[in-house]
Amino acid sequence: MDPQLSLLLNGIVSGLLLGGLYAAAAAGLAISFGMLDIVNIAHPALMVMGAFVVVAIGTALGLDPLLVALLVAPLFYLVGIGIYGFYHHFFERRGEEALQGLAFFFGVIFIVEVGLVMAFGPEQRFLDPPYAFITWRLGEVDLPLRMLVPAALAVTVVGLLILWLRRSFTGLAIAAVAQDADALRLMAVDPVKIKRLAFGISIALAGMAGGALVVVQPVEPSSGQIFIGRVFAIVIMGGMASLPGMVTAALLFGVVENVTATFYGPSWSPAVAFGWLLLVLAFRPQGLFGRAA
Amino acid sequence: MSTITRRDLGRLVLAGGAFVSPAALGQGANPIRIGYAMSLSGGLAANGRSSLLAHKIWQEDVNARGGILGRPVELVFYDDQTNPGTVPALYTKLIDVDRVDIVVSPYATVMIAPSMPVIMQRRMTYVSLFGAGVNEAFKYDRYFSMNVAGDDIKGTYGRGFLDVAFTLPTPPRTVSILAVDNEFAQKAAESVRHLGRQRGLRVVYDRSYPPTTVDFAPTIRAIAATRPDVVFFASYPPDSNGLLRAISEQRMTAPILGGGMIGPQIAAVQQQMGPILNNLVNWDVYSPEPTMRFPGIEAFQEKYRARAHAEQVDPLGNYLQPFAYAQMQVVEQALGRVGRIDQAALAADMRANEFKTVVGDIRFSALGEWAEERNLFVQFQGIRDGDLEKYKRPGAKVILHPANLKSGTLRTPYGAPA
Repeated sequence: MDPQLSLLLNGIVSGLLLGGLYAAAAAGLAISFGMLDIVNIAHPALMVMGAFVVVAIGTALGLDPLLVALLVAPLFYLVGIGIYGFYHHFFERRGEEALQGLAFFFGVIFIVEVGLVMAFGPEQRFLDPPYAFITWRLGEVDLPLRMLVPAALAVTVVGLLILWLRRSFTGLAIAAVAQDADALRLMAVDPVKIKRLAFGISIALAGMAGGALVVVQPVEPSSGQIFIGRVFAIVIMGGMASLPGMVTAALLFGVVENVTATFYGPSWSPAVAFGWLLLVLAFRPQGLFGRAA
Repeated sequence: MSTITRRDLGRLVLAGGAFVSPAALGQGANPIRIGYAMSLSGGLAANGRSSLLAHKIWQEDVNARGGILGRPVELVFYDDQTNPGTVPALYTKLIDVDRVDIVVSPYATVMIAPSMPVIMQRRMTYVSLFGAGVNEAFKYDRYFSMNVAGDDIKGTYGRGFLDVAFTLPTPPRTVSILAVDNEFAQKAAESVRHLGRQRGLRVVYDRSYPPTTVDFAPTIRAIAATRPDVVFFASYPPDSNGLLRAISEQRMTAPILGGGMIGPQIAAVQQQMGPILNNLVNWDVYSPEPTMRFPGIEAFQEKYRARAHAEQVDPLGNYLQPFAYAQMQVVEQALGRVGRIDQAALAADMRANEFKTVVGDIRFSALGEWAEERNLFVQFQGIRDGDLEKYKRPGAKVILHPANLKSGTLRTPYGAPA
């Protein structure tokens, strides 16, 4: 195969796998930020907290990190319920969620990071399952399982979530709550309860994303910081409340980053990827899959 | 019934804000107070916290010997949160409010540089820890650096790596360079670029990457496509892990691969990477080889390792920890010779004298760097797993450069099994 073509193919495939990780990281935010209008900038920090919990439990019990991630998801759901309860009581209920709510989530970032340092120490943590050292080769295309398995899990979980949101009454209520909370009340549904549930799910997804992250790379308490810009860009590019749009944007983001890194060097990757975001917003301000107001 | 006045409250806040080590509180009155900021949280916390443990061990050692000038030593330190913006205020507080007697630096260039204006304004003598070329711009005559890099990073940093490369049976002709976008890595890359050209090496790949890079697969593939004889990386953790994992997944091999990767010196990385490190030739500062058995180093490491687990820091202490201990030894020896706390006299003493430390005998140059650079280039040899015990003994990380510390011979290529 022509070397340039091989580079391009590998760039696209590795970008799709990277996009899978981004989709895992952004899935919860697509609910909290995209559907509930809650600017949870602590989402990546909570993802890293998930990674640390996965490492601790997985190491103690000798379990696969992705399996542990699924097992700890209910715990993170409860964490999400708690955070939302606090946020709603002190900010949202008073209509002060815009600026003070943002400051609150900044505070959550600091608490999570410092808490992780106190609980686990500042050192890198990792938990490598055996498949993390295996690479499948399809001709000249590499498929490292370290990237492939978390990406597959992310896409599966998001797919199931989309089905649930579309087919269940509660799922439809979550989609509706950000658009018209009063209409929900007329249907005898408590919008606060629905938002609490949805926020809990978003944090459960952050916990699961932590499991995916720790398969891909070691984590340290501040690892979430490198994801903040990316996950918000992906949710916005996807169309805010659209999970299929979020997945598409995540995959696009990964491909653009990696193809750029292949041919023009990694220092151009963020500029080109975020340039894509600007381009998309210029022509489709509502995002790829978003609906125009 | 007693009441708390505003003044009492202020004292309480000050007491709560400063971490004063309990050992020091138990000492007699009028201690010598050494103040500094250190990254105890944030991205540099791993090295910051292990440096702090080294400082505490030094403090306990020196107090057990009766202190300095007959006075116990007290450490006053604040968490800079790995935020350079906090550093000037912390040093202002240390000097103007806490009125410490001596100041030393936080860990690493990015945190040391913002402290310099405050230090210079107060004319304090300052011993820094792992700053790279900080004083090139400031040219402060009371600055002294505990770092092996020396005065001229561009002219010397890459020399050892290239010297090793030119011992290959077939002299290398091409080099690839990849460096993270930060000051030290860029200086390291510039050094290899500069010295490589002097030796006739053709640069076939020369790029930087942002510290936010997650996936290194495309970059490694692009480097592999250029088939370089010498592969040089200047990276920081966790990027070093990402690079090495991508190299392993793509089965990339090269006669010499490594360079200035920060990460493989750290126990967590050694544990995770295991055999992927085999035959990596990398910059380092210390290896427990027979050629580096400096007086006191083993006693220090024994104490450090006994407490590392409880303190949740690097369990080996083979990287900057001995240098943090040595940083305080410089202060101790200068104070001992000068006999009083006199910033000008301390600086004059540091400029004039040799210091006997756990990392060897050192002298400072006019710029305050080590008068003789000592960039080690080590090779990981015979690495079959991530067990850390081997890194406590000679043989796992043999020294290839400099010649006076050399403890083994080059094995090649990178990618060959142990």
